Amino acid sequence: MAGLELLSDQGYRVDGRRAGELRKIQARMGVFAQADGSAYIEQGNTKALAVVYGPHEIRGSRARALPDRALVNCQYSSATFSTGERKRRPHGDRKSCEMGLQLRQTFEAAILTQLHPRSQIDIYVQVLQADGGTYAACVNAATLAVLDAGIPMRDFVCACSAGFVDGTALADLSHVEEAAGGPQLALALLPASGQIALLEMDARLHEDHLERVLEAAAQAARDVHTLLDRVVRQHRAELRGGHRLVLGAGFPAADPAHLHVGERHGLHHGGGAVCGRRPCPGFCPGLRRPPQEVGGSASGLA
Amino acid sequence: MASVTLSEAEKVYIVHGVQEDLRVDGRGCEDYRCVEVETDVVSNTSGSARVKLGHTDILVGVKAEMGTPKLEKPNEGYLEFFVDCSASATPEFEGRGGDDLGTEIANTLYRIFNNKSSVDLKTLCISPREHCWVLYVDVLLLECGGNLFDAISIAVKAALFNTRIPRVRVLEDEEGSKDIELSDDPYDCIRLSVENVPCIVTLCKEEACSLASLLVSVTSKGVVTCMRKVGKGSLDPESIFEMMETGKRVGKVLHASLQSVVHKEESLGPKRQKVGFLG
Repeated sequence: MAGLELLSDQGYRVDGRRAGELRKIQARMGVFAQADGSAYIEQGNTKALAVVYGPHEIRGSRARALPDRALVNCQYSSATFSTGERKRRPHGDRKSCEMGLQLRQTFEAAILTQLHPRSQIDIYVQVLQADGGTYAACVNAATLAVLDAGIPMRDFVCACSAGFVDGTALADLSHVEEAAGGPQLALALLPASGQIALLEMDARLHEDHLERVLEAAAQAARDVHTLLDRVVRQHRAELRGGHRLVLGAGFPAADPAHLHVGERHGLHHGGGAVCGRRPCPGFCPGLRRPPQEVGGSASGLA
Repeated sequence: MASVTLSEAEKVYIVHGVQEDLRVDGRGCEDYRCVEVETDVVSNTSGSARVKLGHTDILVGVKAEMGTPKLEKPNEGYLEFFVDCSASATPEFEGRGGDDLGTEIANTLYRIFNNKSSVDLKTLCISPREHCWVLYVDVLLLECGGNLFDAISIAVKAALFNTRIPRVRVLEDEEGSKDIELSDDPYDCIRLSVENVPCIVTLCKEEACSLASLLVSVTSKGVVTCMRKVGKGSLDPESIFEMMETGKRVGKVLHASLQSVVHKEESLGPKRQKVGFLG
């Protein structure tokens, strides 16, 4: 784009980051109580939600069942208000189908599918706001969701995008940098072994530069792994310690995601109960499932 | 949707309890569960809101775009609704599975807003017959846990309250061609008055064991804008009138609480900590 400097002379990018710096990542596991596993991640302004159902019996035709392993089914959907220009269809278009296939390929490499033959694992990813790096955010959210569901995986799957401008490799591209038209590399990595689950590159890049860009993406993915690992351990500590839980009237310990309103910034109760004549009972109706141990993180990392 | 199977004895127990004005979780017949409302969750929209009502989670985003007014209403802008039932709610919504429910909800929303008083559409007009604002209201169903219509209408109202439409000026050239100039200040915008936006109140005899329910859409003044019966069973005419009265009563209280909460949230100002899904 004429006039927009992606990398200034002092080495700062458009949003003030350095070349190898990631955007701020915040993540949370166990967002929804009804799904088997769920997670939410924010990478800068890109917000993605992932929900996992499974392993369960194959839906639809039984003929698709694989006799020795589980079927991984992914759907990628982005909200119509996620991009700057409103999208017409949330899913079903070509790009969403392609992303779904890529996610499936990524997770078939990581999930120990031999442990669940003839069953199906559904991974649904929803992008709420897209500001570059949507594939990476989806993979990171899906990893956390699969761990939340307790499905055993070989390793974390951490993803990051990378680009190349003015002889420097940039990590974690934002929308502005992606739209500039330079080469873009998307990498999904299994950090412990260093194995690559998915590698994709668009646009022209001289092969001499490939190694540098690949290394930048791999380093960024390893940084993401450190963050995700911290999130998982914190979530497990919360489940065990129960500090964020609100127990009410003998109901079983609620999933920490299922926060009572009072724990938020006091909006609901401070402003007067939304309920009718009687005062709000002060608890949310009990869950029917027992709290889930995030066993995936301890025993699943085989 | 919560797929809970109840035995006959449990259904009888629930119905008896309702007759005593006592529901399974201790609420009275006219009480809502705790509702969490948060606005401005998605930053690249004109307005957004997230509502969590029990296990039901809804996210609404409003985008304002310029378009041409409809032929029969040249002085007004309009609203377009789109409902996306995400597969994260239940695996049955994967692919096109959620389209039926989505169209039904979108049609209901069109009906309740299809009257002169809900939203002042004349404020959305820029120049008659040529330009107007079109508000695309997109509803995303993230989790279904019962009482969908109520939660959606609360979310739509909160999102419309949060919507900020930039101020535009129409400049007339010498040749007569018009140019639209967007105001430079990002905070200079018009807000919609959502006082008369209705909320839907669903009335039935305990969702899991009732056959039919009545949706009543009520404004804050108690005016009924739309009424619809859903479900397989049939309703007595007397009970319909009774349900309507209850709906009006409950609707007024709901509106009052929602207005106070949303105004309070806004008064916290831009410094408030945005929680979103991280809380």
